[in-house]
Amino acid sequence: MAQPEGLLYSKEHEWVKIEGDTALVGITDYAQNSLGDIVYVELPRVGKAISQFGNVGVVESVKAVSDLFTPIGGEVLEINDTLENDPAAVNRDPYGAGWLFKVKLADANEKNNLLSAADYEKIATE
Amino acid sequence: MSTLTSNDLALNAAPPLIFELGQEGRANRYVEEGKPLEQFLPKTLLRDDLPLPDNSELDVVRHFTQLSQRTFGIDLGFYPLGSCTMKYNPRINDAMASKREFAQLHPYTPDEFSQGALQVMYELERSLASLFGMAAFSLNPSAGAHAELAALLIAKKYFKDRGETRRDKVIVPDTAHGTNPASAAMCGFKVISLPSDERGRVSVEEIKKVLGDDTAVCMMTNPNTLGLFEDHIHEIAAAVHEVGGLMYYDGANANAIMGNVRPGDMGFDLMHLNLHKTFTIPHGGGGAGHGPVGVAAHLVEYLPTPVVRAALRQAQDDTRAQDDTRASQNGRPLAPSDTMTFSLDFDRPKSIGPMRSFWSNVAHAVRALSYMYANGADGLKKVSQLAVLNANYVRVKVADFLETPYPEICRHEFVASAQELKKATGVKALDIAKSLLDHGMMAPTMYFPLIVPECLMIEPTETESKETLDHFIAVLREIVETARKEPETVMAAPVTTVVGRVDETRAARQPNLKWEPA
Repeated sequence: MAQPEGLLYSKEHEWVKIEGDTALVGITDYAQNSLGDIVYVELPRVGKAISQFGNVGVVESVKAVSDLFTPIGGEVLEINDTLENDPAAVNRDPYGAGWLFKVKLADANEKNNLLSAADYEKIATE
Repeated sequence: MSTLTSNDLALNAAPPLIFELGQEGRANRYVEEGKPLEQFLPKTLLRDDLPLPDNSELDVVRHFTQLSQRTFGIDLGFYPLGSCTMKYNPRINDAMASKREFAQLHPYTPDEFSQGALQVMYELERSLASLFGMAAFSLNPSAGAHAELAALLIAKKYFKDRGETRRDKVIVPDTAHGTNPASAAMCGFKVISLPSDERGRVSVEEIKKVLGDDTAVCMMTNPNTLGLFEDHIHEIAAAVHEVGGLMYYDGANANAIMGNVRPGDMGFDLMHLNLHKTFTIPHGGGGAGHGPVGVAAHLVEYLPTPVVRAALRQAQDDTRAQDDTRASQNGRPLAPSDTMTFSLDFDRPKSIGPMRSFWSNVAHAVRALSYMYANGADGLKKVSQLAVLNANYVRVKVADFLETPYPEICRHEFVASAQELKKATGVKALDIAKSLLDHGMMAPTMYFPLIVPECLMIEPTETESKETLDHFIAVLREIVETARKEPETVMAAPVTTVVGRVDETRAARQPNLKWEPA
């Protein structure tokens, strides 16, 4: 499927939506589809400083446990705590209700290390 | 409360739990009627607050027999579960292990009265050491992952003794077993995951990039989880040793190499074996396994205790000495027990200590040794060769109708992928797996290794006949053909099993494992 425009993507199948000096992070539709039914999401705690492409948590599906990498660095402002009871939201709506966490950006230039929707599309359909 | 009815005896979806069966006073009692229980047991041990079910012996037998009919195992059908080596467990193993002398041996029996069992442990340990090129094994750990943990604890202590506590990194290729990173993390190491190259192997160049003076251990499975032999293993081992690290061999796939090549000769310093895979002890439900851990000479003193020690019988042991003379005069060759005594050695100051209580699972040592002696050295070598032959036979045939991402000679197992099929029809590896259950076979391992999308990992083992393999291939072909014509049929599988498609998400999220009185 086509990737939403206006978002940036990482090779590790995360998306990021930059709004001013904050950013919203989630995993892509391709990622949720490959993982299958997600049963648990472990997110970084609020206030934690995270660096771009660093390992910040875990996504567990019925198939596998996968590391979660952040596409962008900064300080965690907020996490989607509805996922604790409803991790399947990531499957249902990966770009909406299934968002993972919100970051206060450390360095706006980091977005230059990310992919456009079209470039990510190439990786995901390889 | 309800009782068993003929309906329950037919296989239905939800048979009553044993707690829901029976009536008060129904249990068969073997103590004399009217005599208080205090006559048989100390009062302090008696309690009446456990809601135990009151069932007749016959109902209990029926209940568990019925449950046993709902399971599937190697004794019922083909079980190609990759990386698990689900081969036939020869009955002679059990015949030996149930001999009174082993089965009724108490772990507190003094060494002098348990020479037979100790000799079995000693001979098993020596045989494994020679078969895999290690200086010594400890039979103490209870399972593969338990032995992995033991090996990493050995590495940790070894580095500590050498003042090299800076070594905190364990390198695990993405084609290694899932337990490897877990064991390393459990031991307090940092895990460095190493991607494999386009040939599905560890690249010497890539591993050199992550090696350094903080490298503790490199954990590898060879052949790896793609069923491919790491053909640069000598260079990899040399590179790891060059920076002062240790090489760990995950023996999960030992069925592919046994008697043909030895991890010790490949350059490994530590290893484990899963006796339930390669050496035909039962795979029983996650418990009561046996996972010997083996080491090269420089690590022997760190092995978990106890280790069985053998000593030449002392000359003043007159009776035995006379027996020995008589035995040799009668033309019977002297057995080790005629000339040697065995003891459990707990006094090993550098040991990491015991990984579990007592002597570990002695009955499994008996089973494994029975298997080894029944096959002999040449037989064990042939076991691996046939396992490899069977895997390649199935691989080539399956490549006709499913993708095989690494189309080259494999070892004891191979991976196929349903990625193309999923794109074309929506039918996933999971659906193929469920569909196989409808045909009376166990599914292959799915979605592992993670680097192959829609992965099916198939390990037929050496104990299956060509007819069984051909039948499996035909069934798999039929499932794939059905998927292309009517995918919804495959997606609805299984339909012939007692329990249909289970809700795996709910099972993971809301496990309900405990019965509580209503």
